Amino acid sequence: MAAAHDIHHPYLQHHFNDLEQQFEASALGMWVFLVTEILFFGGLFTAYMVYRMQYAQAFAEASGHLDIVLGGVNTGVLIGSSLTMAMAVWAAQQGRRRAQVTYLLATIGLGAAFLGIKVVEYSHKFEDGLIPGANFRFDGLDPIHAQLFYSLYFVMTGLHALHMIVGIGIMAVLTWMAWRGRFTSGYHTPVEVSGLYWHFVDIVWIFLFPLLYLIDRHGPGTMH
Amino acid sequence: MATRVDALYFFLVAITAFFTILISAAVIYFAIKYRRKAREEAGESVHGAMWLEATWTIIPLLIVLFIFGWSTTVFFSMARPPADSMDVYVVGKQWMWKFQHPDGHSEVNELHVPVGVNIRLTMTSQDVIHDLYIPDFRVKADVLPGRYTHMWFNATKPGKYRLFCAEYCGTNHSGMGGWVRVMEPADYQKWLAGAMGTGTMAQTGEKLFNDLACSTCHKADTTGRGPTLLGLFGKAVALEGGRAVEADEAYLRESIVNPRAKMVRGFQPLMPTFQGLITEENLLLLIEYIKSLKAVPSNATGIVAVEPADTGTTAAPAKK
Amino acid sequence: METAPTLHANYLTDGFGLKSWLLTKDHKRIAILYLISVSAFFVLGAVFAGLIRLELLTPAGDLVESDVYNKAFTMHGVVMVFFFLIPAIPAVLGNFLVPLQIGARDLAFPRINLLSWYVYVFGGIFTLVALVMGGVDTGWTFYTPYSSAFSNSNVALVVVGIFINGFSSILTGLNFVVTIHKMRAPGMTWFRLPLFIWAHYATALIMILGTPVVAITLVMVGAERVLGLGIFDPKLGGDPVLFQHLFWFYSHPAVYIMILPAMGVMSELVAAFSRKAIFGYQVVAYSSLGIAAVGFLVWGHHMFVSSQSVYAAMAFSLLSYLVAIPSAIKVFNWTATLYKGSISFEAPMIYVFGFIGLFLIGGLTGLFLAALAVDVHVTDTYFVVAHFHYIMVGGTIMMYLGGVHYWWPKIFGRTYPEGLAKVAAVVIFVGFNLTFFPQFIVGYLGMPRRYHAYPPEFQLWNILSSAGAALLAIGYALPSTYLLWSLVKGKPAAPNPWGAKGLEWETPSPPPTHNFTATPVVNEPPYHYAK
Repeated sequence: MAAAHDIHHPYLQHHFNDLEQQFEASALGMWVFLVTEILFFGGLFTAYMVYRMQYAQAFAEASGHLDIVLGGVNTGVLIGSSLTMAMAVWAAQQGRRRAQVTYLLATIGLGAAFLGIKVVEYSHKFEDGLIPGANFRFDGLDPIHAQLFYSLYFVMTGLHALHMIVGIGIMAVLTWMAWRGRFTSGYHTPVEVSGLYWHFVDIVWIFLFPLLYLIDRHGPGTMH
Repeated sequence: MATRVDALYFFLVAITAFFTILISAAVIYFAIKYRRKAREEAGESVHGAMWLEATWTIIPLLIVLFIFGWSTTVFFSMARPPADSMDVYVVGKQWMWKFQHPDGHSEVNELHVPVGVNIRLTMTSQDVIHDLYIPDFRVKADVLPGRYTHMWFNATKPGKYRLFCAEYCGTNHSGMGGWVRVMEPADYQKWLAGAMGTGTMAQTGEKLFNDLACSTCHKADTTGRGPTLLGLFGKAVALEGGRAVEADEAYLRESIVNPRAKMVRGFQPLMPTFQGLITEENLLLLIEYIKSLKAVPSNATGIVAVEPADTGTTAAPAKK
Repeated sequence: METAPTLHANYLTDGFGLKSWLLTKDHKRIAILYLISVSAFFVLGAVFAGLIRLELLTPAGDLVESDVYNKAFTMHGVVMVFFFLIPAIPAVLGNFLVPLQIGARDLAFPRINLLSWYVYVFGGIFTLVALVMGGVDTGWTFYTPYSSAFSNSNVALVVVGIFINGFSSILTGLNFVVTIHKMRAPGMTWFRLPLFIWAHYATALIMILGTPVVAITLVMVGAERVLGLGIFDPKLGGDPVLFQHLFWFYSHPAVYIMILPAMGVMSELVAAFSRKAIFGYQVVAYSSLGIAAVGFLVWGHHMFVSSQSVYAAMAFSLLSYLVAIPSAIKVFNWTATLYKGSISFEAPMIYVFGFIGLFLIGGLTGLFLAALAVDVHVTDTYFVVAHFHYIMVGGTIMMYLGGVHYWWPKIFGRTYPEGLAKVAAVVIFVGFNLTFFPQFIVGYLGMPRRYHAYPPEFQLWNILSSAGAALLAIGYALPSTYLLWSLVKGKPAAPNPWGAKGLEWETPSPPPTHNFTATPVVNEPPYHYAK
């Protein structure tokens, strides 16, 4: 089973038989980790679903105060970052050092842009008195459940942003490693595996955006 | 009801004893019979038998399905209060139980009830989750803040029975208990006469209704700015947005503390919230008062808030 | 513990400094780090249990204040569940044995394995800091709105501690799943895996799928308590029962995280001490997966009196009965394994007999709690307390101790004193029953749980229970003492002192750092005892 020519590869850890086994283990590990992440966000989505069904009207009203333009732009920014991430993986597979660095830096830049726009949105919410707590102000019919919406909004988008920050940190380390020429066409596991993580964080946003921003945008006044 | 629960309980005890003894006996028998006799001895090659696996899958399955059927039958009759029940309202708060009788009597940590009468408890909490538990009647239900839960019993023997709080609720959780006093009808009447009430709950509720100025908008006819409350309880109410909801205790409570959450069709959102301004006990007084408003005005014209109680959803007019 | 020089170089002699332990990536050393830390938490949890039993000797709440008592049972639950029972078998025995039993040199991610231990310790420190700063009084279940809005204790710190600790569990589970999938030795097919591995595979799935949900739920409790973001508090528009759904979605499967590894140990011990293949090997293997899967669908049975709809209650009751079946199947198969075996009675086998008895009672009393009508009466009483202690203590700790004895010679290369060990096993069995059996009775009589003071008619049963607890304490003190003694004075152990099957017995005791000198090749079924 052990392929003799692989044993002396500098990045092969002692307890694996060959690089292929090592790569498969890493990839499976990341997939399993992403499953735990799905369940992690799943708890929040469940809470959201339960309350949205119970307080559909309040949620629709509260959602109307979110900035659909900034949210939409951010969706585009993130999809773009997934593209650059995929290009970075491709460049690593080709063993092209300069391209790897360029695409990783682009990914970091787009990730940072997303967070910047999110900060602008948060500050608008602060100015509008939409931060849950004693100073929450909401003119609609059911302010208490609008507040519930905003509690979930901040927890969900906040956790997503935290995942983005972690992702940017990982990308920074990868960029440095790529710059030093660590990744070749024969060994680029970290880039591939981190790419999976980055795409996952994007996909979470793809769910968050319609659930939070677009609830009541499919025609005036309809509930279901 | 307690005897039906106990019958099932002791059946389960018998099942438990039977299987514990059966398996233990088998284990002991095998352990002695097949004890190791030589140092290097190994067991025989027996790997399994599908017919045995099937047997001890299907037999326990049938047993548990039988238990499930039995217990669910008993549970459903426990869960549904009979229609002819006597109402008592319960408010739990850290760390005491308050019982309000519709006739105006209210008591703390003691509940007087007549023997042989179905008693239906409508319960809520002022703060955290509590749980009213009367072990001798085999009944227990969580008491939650912000909603009403129900429980019922029929005490068959006069006497004194303990009641407990069974959901951990903080510092003095174990002190949040008292007694249910089950009395002969004559004694109960004597107790009613002796303990002085200040008027029925509905009467006190009416006073509160006027004090809080509810009556300026909710009138007996349809001239008020709010919908009339006459004959409202138990009926279907048509809401803005096309849905309908049954006017039960939960709906009345929500409409007082968060009036705009479910707007009655055809009315403006004018009513202020009473969240934090009214205690759970006073809410129950208001609800008991509204429940007492039985008559439906015959001359109703214009907007009718109250529609016949068929099902909640079919009352909703079609709307795109 | 690495005093006397042993005959061969092994993982214990591979570096002696503190650094060689704290920075180790060897799964066997990490197992020992876990052994030390879970033992410390066990002692801490046991102290709280002792305090509870002392207070309950008399009906009046006269030994400690009610707040102190409430904190004692909360800390007992938090420490025992999250810091002892959940990691005990997987992180100690699983860590040590999963690679050895499948013929691998280590777990797939050794650095993540070490990280999981540090995460565990870090989470533990938060909990201990909360304890020093005055403790927490919500009960280990953290029910809202008490935990998020009313309690005046250190809820946030403990919640953070458990949140962090959860990731230790997730990382261990992740490591096991990948290792079992990708690192098996040549010839080690799925149906040649020891049942210990099957049980750990099922456990790892629950750790991966369940733990994140309780983690996010505790984040929401923390956000509500610290930041005032309303999610569960009805005053802020939330629903406190939603918390219970989310909490039990993890915390019921968590029971299976505790008991499935114990079932895995059980299968190993029964086979080894009857020198016989497990009866119905495949059925036992699949039943572990069955328990893990159905275990995720029964959480609502903790909430039959919580105002959940009667139809939901009915569905959860039915599913709870279905999850009882695979457990019953396992018991029948273990019993049948004894048939025509060659049974010997060393200490681990005494634990096996104890486990069967206690697990039977623990499992069968589960039928009472799944029965809706009976559950209404006995839930939230001492009946429940007795039931889950029969499973978690009678089941899990019996097998943890059985397993520790069985693999002790392998782990440390020393044998323990057999006679004393048998005595201890019997004392624990008797002490356990005396402690917890009276609680079934007092629960049926109506004594609610988490009571600091109680009506005098319940006193007799409480005295019996406290007396049992004293005996149980002696029972647990014995192994702690003679096992430590054996590290220094115990006779050196042979590679396979029991004549057992399994790859772990084909390496020296203790194993060398890389487990096997040559990658083993497997060409026979598991538990291949009969010629």
